[in-house]
Amino acid sequence: MTAIVLYGLRESLRRRMFVVVLVLTAGFLALYAYGTNQAFDDTRGFVGVNETLDTDELAGAIVFGLALFGTMFLGAVLAVFLTLNVVRGDAEAGLLQPLVVRPIGRAQLLLARFAGAAAVCVLYVLGVYFALVGITWWAGGWTPDRLLAPGLELAAAVVIVAAICVLGSVFLTATANGIGALMIFGGGLVAGLLGEIGDVIDSPRLEHIARTAWWFLPFDALYQDALHRLTVDSTGFASFVLRLGPFGGAHAAGSTLLLWSAAYLSLALGVAVAAFARRDL
Amino acid sequence: MPPALRARELAKRYGGTEALRGVDVEVGEGELVGLLGPNGAGKSTLVKIACGLVRPSRGGVDICGAPAGSTHARRALGYLAELFRFPHWMSADELLVLHQRLAGSRGGAGERRELLDLVGLAEARDRRVGAMSKGMQQRLGIAQALVGSPRLLLLDEPTSALDPAGRRVVRGLLEELRSRGIAVLLNSHLLSEVELVCDRVVIVDHGLVVEEGAPDALRRQGGVEVETASGVRRFEEARREDVPRLVRALVADGEEVYGVRVVRSSLEDVYLEAVD
Repeated sequence: MTAIVLYGLRESLRRRMFVVVLVLTAGFLALYAYGTNQAFDDTRGFVGVNETLDTDELAGAIVFGLALFGTMFLGAVLAVFLTLNVVRGDAEAGLLQPLVVRPIGRAQLLLARFAGAAAVCVLYVLGVYFALVGITWWAGGWTPDRLLAPGLELAAAVVIVAAICVLGSVFLTATANGIGALMIFGGGLVAGLLGEIGDVIDSPRLEHIARTAWWFLPFDALYQDALHRLTVDSTGFASFVLRLGPFGGAHAAGSTLLLWSAAYLSLALGVAVAAFARRDL
Repeated sequence: MPPALRARELAKRYGGTEALRGVDVEVGEGELVGLLGPNGAGKSTLVKIACGLVRPSRGGVDICGAPAGSTHARRALGYLAELFRFPHWMSADELLVLHQRLAGSRGGAGERRELLDLVGLAEARDRRVGAMSKGMQQRLGIAQALVGSPRLLLLDEPTSALDPAGRRVVRGLLEELRSRGIAVLLNSHLLSEVELVCDRVVIVDHGLVVEEGAPDALRRQGGVEVETASGVRRFEEARREDVPRLVRALVADGEEVYGVRVVRSSLEDVYLEAVD
């Protein structure tokens, strides 16, 4: 099993797409550093709000929340591209058959390939997350109220996207699976956005749609919970303003949804393993 | 000892298409069997079921006594697919290391060196797969299939991308494998190749075995040709044992006989007749 995990890891890191993601990430971090610096400078110039609102907290939380979205987006794209061809794509290319006939077994092979891709995604997301934390602290001295948990939740959200894509790869060609997985990811985000709009305009129906979608696509629940933890200790006017800011409309997912996310991951992988076991190659 | 491969009443249906319709095939220990048949006859499906890549609709295949697809069966076989690809970034040696780990082989560097030497790639052990020609990749594929010293080797069109020199290397390799007691099921379109190296031939058509036997036994006698002073005379129905009588009769008739040839049909004739 270790051999396949290492094989998956090496394959992931060797792909040209990974280099593209790294270059994009470097650009993203550079722009973030510049933008954050400007944001802190500008908000410090606000007149009349310093008594009621910590402007550094305002700028830090909003810009960092936005960056968290960017991190999850890049992580999800990475997860999709690393897993979109794990079964059918690799089988059609003739890469899978020499491995499947070995005594390792299909379930182990699939889980090992998933583990390799997931490890790359987790390292990537945590790396970018902590780089963002460092940049935000350097630019304005602000750090999230919870340092580790949001990063881990973001990484878990990306791992769930990878699991969905692995499941899709059993049934779909690489291109169809990639498109499908990104559409599912987009659908989850849109549902979350609807919930935020519902919260602002006080529409229980929209909030209900978002809450229901969380059970089907729990990566958005993890993302929203991660956002929530950034400013979990904020109170009063600061908390109110942050809730209204872009990508600041965060919600606690609750322990049941967090547990469900773990169960969802197991379920997606379990279905993928069962379907792969029955698939002719 | 159970045979290296035994397929019984093997059938496979893909939707409305019957790829195999009750095939019985056996490959004995150390036997080299050629699998022939036109495109779509069901040859690759048979090989894939034996590897555990495809599940049969009916019947089954045993590999060295274990059901195809089981861990024991997979330990006992090596496989080279018709359409395969290896990661382009791996070197030949790295690829064999990966397969040694997956096969649980303890052969180490010695086994890898021996296998690369066997397929004529000793000098290319550090070369990346992406930098190899298709023929080299095919030979690397055979080396990969031999990792872990399998008792049965399933080769699906192993010479399709090889030039004549490469084919000769593979032919020599197959003979070497036979001398080591490794059973081989060779799926190939190249009749001449199968005729040269195989102990036995199985011809499959429309999902059924239509002919089976040793190449020599399959090649039927097709009459006798006698070269005389008045030209070549052909006796269509005559057989080898009729030659002395024919020559005596011709000489008695005053003919001068310069040569006699027993005509035998080629494996190609047998094949075309079987699949027609």
